[in-house]
Amino acid sequence: MTNALEVSDLHVTLAGSHVLQGISLNVPVGGVTALLGRNGVGKTTTLRALLGLVASTGAISVLGTDVRGWATHRIVRLGVGYVPEDRDVFAGLTVAENLRLAERIEAPRYDDVYAIFPELRERSGQRAGTMSGGQQQMVSIARALLNGWPLLLIDEPSKGLAPRLVGELADALARVATLATVLLVEQNLALVRRLAQRIIVLDHGEVVHTGDAQELDDPDLAKRFLGVSGVK
Amino acid sequence: MNVFLALTFSGIALGAIYFLAASGLSLIYGLMDILNFAHGLFMTLGAYVAWDVASHLPTSWGAPLLFSIAVVASIIGGALAAGLTEVLLIRPLYGRPVSQILVTIGLDLAVVGLLLGGFGSNSLSIPVPLWLIEASRVGGLDLPNSNFVALVAGVVILVALELFLHRTRYGITIRAGVENRDMVSALGINVGRAFTLVFVIGGAMAGLAGLLYAVVFSGDLISPTQGDSLLIFAFIVVVIGGLGSIRGSAVAALVVGLVQDYTNFYLGSHSGMAEIGNLSVVLLLALVLEWRPRGLFGSTL
Repeated sequence: MTNALEVSDLHVTLAGSHVLQGISLNVPVGGVTALLGRNGVGKTTTLRALLGLVASTGAISVLGTDVRGWATHRIVRLGVGYVPEDRDVFAGLTVAENLRLAERIEAPRYDDVYAIFPELRERSGQRAGTMSGGQQQMVSIARALLNGWPLLLIDEPSKGLAPRLVGELADALARVATLATVLLVEQNLALVRRLAQRIIVLDHGEVVHTGDAQELDDPDLAKRFLGVSGVK
Repeated sequence: MNVFLALTFSGIALGAIYFLAASGLSLIYGLMDILNFAHGLFMTLGAYVAWDVASHLPTSWGAPLLFSIAVVASIIGGALAAGLTEVLLIRPLYGRPVSQILVTIGLDLAVVGLLLGGFGSNSLSIPVPLWLIEASRVGGLDLPNSNFVALVAGVVILVALELFLHRTRYGITIRAGVENRDMVSALGINVGRAFTLVFVIGGAMAGLAGLLYAVVFSGDLISPTQGDSLLIFAFIVVVIGGLGSIRGSAVAALVVGLVQDYTNFYLGSHSGMAEIGNLSVVLLLALVLEWRPRGLFGSTL
């Protein structure tokens, strides 16, 4: 298996809007591939479609298995961790309960989790809803890491975080990327530039560019596809 | 003062039965967004299964044993009815809330019609031990033993539910599912199993509520439409307590039971309006919704 993810002609229609219009992309095993694009081009919808959280048509292969028509929990159990855009921690549950809920293997890898996020060990009895945005992000990433899944889908992890926390998050994600293949949706291009080896750019529900992450240094590309003046 | 204390005890017992009827309904709505109009049917079926089982056993076994078996039968009957409803009728309609409402209403009407056709509209009598229709003297008051049974059942179920929801993996899954069903699936959990389990638990409690309501407040008599009458108050309790909140249901059930009992006695006897307690409960619902539109305990478990 050379690709952790293979997607062909993926279409999604939400509330009458044709959000994804035939996306085809591959995510090779290992490293970080960033899925980029302006707001509303379908990045989050792509991740949700890969997990079966929204109805789609087209071919999706996850870790070498054709998952068309599969329920979300079956796709996840192939070995996919998911960190959603808004963290989606269970606010009424404690940190320990959030993590316990994510356990899918006999010996969950709490050592890996606590090595990256030692703070979570101290806060295990705290309700997740009372934590800061950065702490909730730790819980969300920790849930995805706990089973040592080979593929992680991470959606805008820096969203809403203070700049200081983004730096800490980048360090944590760099360590996460040594443990699994990562498909990363992110608006913070500096973070992408630091973490990713490959980029896939979406626009108007289609893949418009695929290439090396170093291309983000090219101000023309950044401006043309992403509407920004390049990575600072 | 003695009258007030007796009314309070009776209101608490009524609240305990409302809690049994409402808590399952609340969990089902909280987790699955389903307004389950068949929940009253689970109460009715629980009572009828209890009656059927008890009436087919030899009377020589004695009323206490027969009643104990009837209690277990009501729980199993309600659970089975709810589980089958979820698997056969609700599951094919996931994501279609209007169809789910219609199918639960249709099921209720159809089965109540069948019960009326099969057993007639006359009430049937549940065999109960003598001590259950007697009273105990406590602090100078004669309190009905059946009220003690309802109270104990309510407290036991509340404690059991709390332990289940907070100490077991399935319980944690259900609490998480009430918050965010998609995210539970995205952690690799088959939410469908949690749905069925919640229906079964809700049905079990509804079945017990159906039997206890007959024993405590209907003179040991069951009828095909008793569940539907109880369902209205269960919905009111769920909305006042907060959709999906077990603790909210417990508090709201207590308040509704007390308000209904006090109003029936103090205002009903003076105004001549026999059902003024029901009106007071609806007014209470309106006041709570005006003050806290999400109910007393919001949407947390």
